Amino acid sequence: MNENFIQINGISKHFGNVKAVDDVSFSIKEGEFFSLLGPSGCGKTTLLRLLAGFEYPTNGNLLIDGSDITALPPDKRPTNMVFQNYAIFPHINVEQNIKFGLRKLGLTDDEIKKRVDDVLALVKLEGYEERFSGQLSGGQRQRVALARALVRQPKVLLLDEPLGALDKKLRDEMQLELRTLQKEIGITFVFVTHDQQEAISMSDRVAVMSEGKIQQLSAPNELYKNPENIFVSDFIGETNFLKASTKSKDGDQINVAIEDLGDFKVKNNLNIPENSSDVVCSVRPESMMISRDKSDWDICLEAKINQTSYLGEMTRFYVEVSGINKVITVSSQHFDNQSFENNSCFISISLEDISLLQKK
Amino acid sequence: MNEKNNSLLVYTLIYFGFLYIPVLFLPIFSFNDANYMSFPLAGFTTDHYEEMWSKRNLHKALWASVKVGVVASVVSTAIALLAAKAFVRYKFRGQNVSYGAIMMPFLIPEIILAVSILIIWINLGFPLGLVPVTIGHILFCTPFAMLILIARIEGFDFSLEEASRDLGENAWGTFYRVSLPLYLPGIIAALLLSFIISFDEFILAFFLSGSDATLPMYMWNQMRFVKKLPHVLALGAVIIVFTTFIVLLAFWLRNVGQGKEKKDIAIKL
Repeated sequence: MNENFIQINGISKHFGNVKAVDDVSFSIKEGEFFSLLGPSGCGKTTLLRLLAGFEYPTNGNLLIDGSDITALPPDKRPTNMVFQNYAIFPHINVEQNIKFGLRKLGLTDDEIKKRVDDVLALVKLEGYEERFSGQLSGGQRQRVALARALVRQPKVLLLDEPLGALDKKLRDEMQLELRTLQKEIGITFVFVTHDQQEAISMSDRVAVMSEGKIQQLSAPNELYKNPENIFVSDFIGETNFLKASTKSKDGDQINVAIEDLGDFKVKNNLNIPENSSDVVCSVRPESMMISRDKSDWDICLEAKINQTSYLGEMTRFYVEVSGINKVITVSSQHFDNQSFENNSCFISISLEDISLLQKK
Repeated sequence: MNEKNNSLLVYTLIYFGFLYIPVLFLPIFSFNDANYMSFPLAGFTTDHYEEMWSKRNLHKALWASVKVGVVASVVSTAIALLAAKAFVRYKFRGQNVSYGAIMMPFLIPEIILAVSILIIWINLGFPLGLVPVTIGHILFCTPFAMLILIARIEGFDFSLEEASRDLGENAWGTFYRVSLPLYLPGIIAALLLSFIISFDEFILAFFLSGSDATLPMYMWNQMRFVKKLPHVLALGAVIIVFTTFIVLLAFWLRNVGQGKEKKDIAIKL
């Protein structure tokens, strides 16, 4: 496997004074399901469009499989794209849409027929050849867009929020299907999304973007467990931030004073310096425990429940810790809003679950 | 409470009556067996239509109008297509100024346009005839064609063009295989309306045609002789039917294959 299948070297794209993509460099592996994740306006779509050739970079260069594609027009690149709105040609039917990109590949009629049949089977659209875009559901249109791109057997498939327009149930199904499909055909996927759950559940690796820069590039579980900065910690899943300041280091751990809670020793993966007040502690709601009685966890706090929201698979509690004017979010699968008398409870935190992060 | 207010209906009927009753007199009198347009009707005849067919000068004028109309509609639609695409697709410096410049012949009095072209044409030493008429009609038709095409192109999803580029077509292939087929109803509508505008146009033709009469010029010339009036009525009736058909066709085509909300944009323009 080629570790540097797609190389993005110092890519910037400016629109007037706006730096949509700001000096970004990284590589994507061959056969990888790679996601670009970030809020709208973070530059993820611009980066994808730079790869497709719809935009040209202000600085930097792009390589796919060793050849420089920076200056190539879209029709000369080994990439194909699934558009956000699918962009199915409305004046021709499904079969003609799928054949659209085969005209210039110099295939025989038999080869074309085989490719079209194969890709129709792959996306489960047999029998829909004669339909027009207006006669298809959102999910079917998405499959046509996928088939139309895959039939050209690109080296890289680019996907621009292709599941955004689908309802939740269908989206969940398509996530699984896309993932299975990608493993089956082994083509490198570059997937753009603003939905962190989607990125985490589908990808081999995720690049979290904000303000034109990569904030963190890692495997989904790393992103969740070991966020490298406040932006990522906040963007991926939910979290509670607690003000803190660091004291002395102790091996790969460090002593911190968490505001209103006291001094604790926590892990220091990011190698944050001693005696810094520019730090916060992040604790995920689901890593904490809520209980009726006191526990023997590292930190156990008496608290009052302000509000609850019942989510089915879990209940989220918004609690106010006694003596601290701060609402903390805790989630639990065992308890719901009926479980506590007088709204009084205890919340417990294990020191392992505290991530220490540096402010910008 | 539930009393129906009919005043709007009455107003509407009066309005349409005022608009269409004079036009309806033309076909009625064209079948009337008399040389004068007056009641009571003298009896039914198709003589005026037969007379119309036999006029050599009328054939000549018709042919002149068709030639001018075809060239003017094709050229103005081509110019309008490129301009409409640029106005919808791109934002550029001087956009409003150039838009205004193209729309200008739409706004300035036609007679001023006609006199200006006449003066320039004569000073350049060229003979009057169908060529300056055609040029005038191109200027005059382009804004109409552009409004129709802008309405069509505004509803166009440009990611379709990107998809075509992405699927291996170059710019020309994309235009031919994606943009053109999707713009086509708008293009045909623009062609038809430009043709009709040119076909009906009188003032520019009056100043610039010299001795090469177009059909409206021919009609105007005939009006001076009482005896020749009836066959002009017959011709007028034919032109009304023909024009109405083309305009309806153009309006229908303009909205073909567009969703409802896009139709609203077209109407606004």
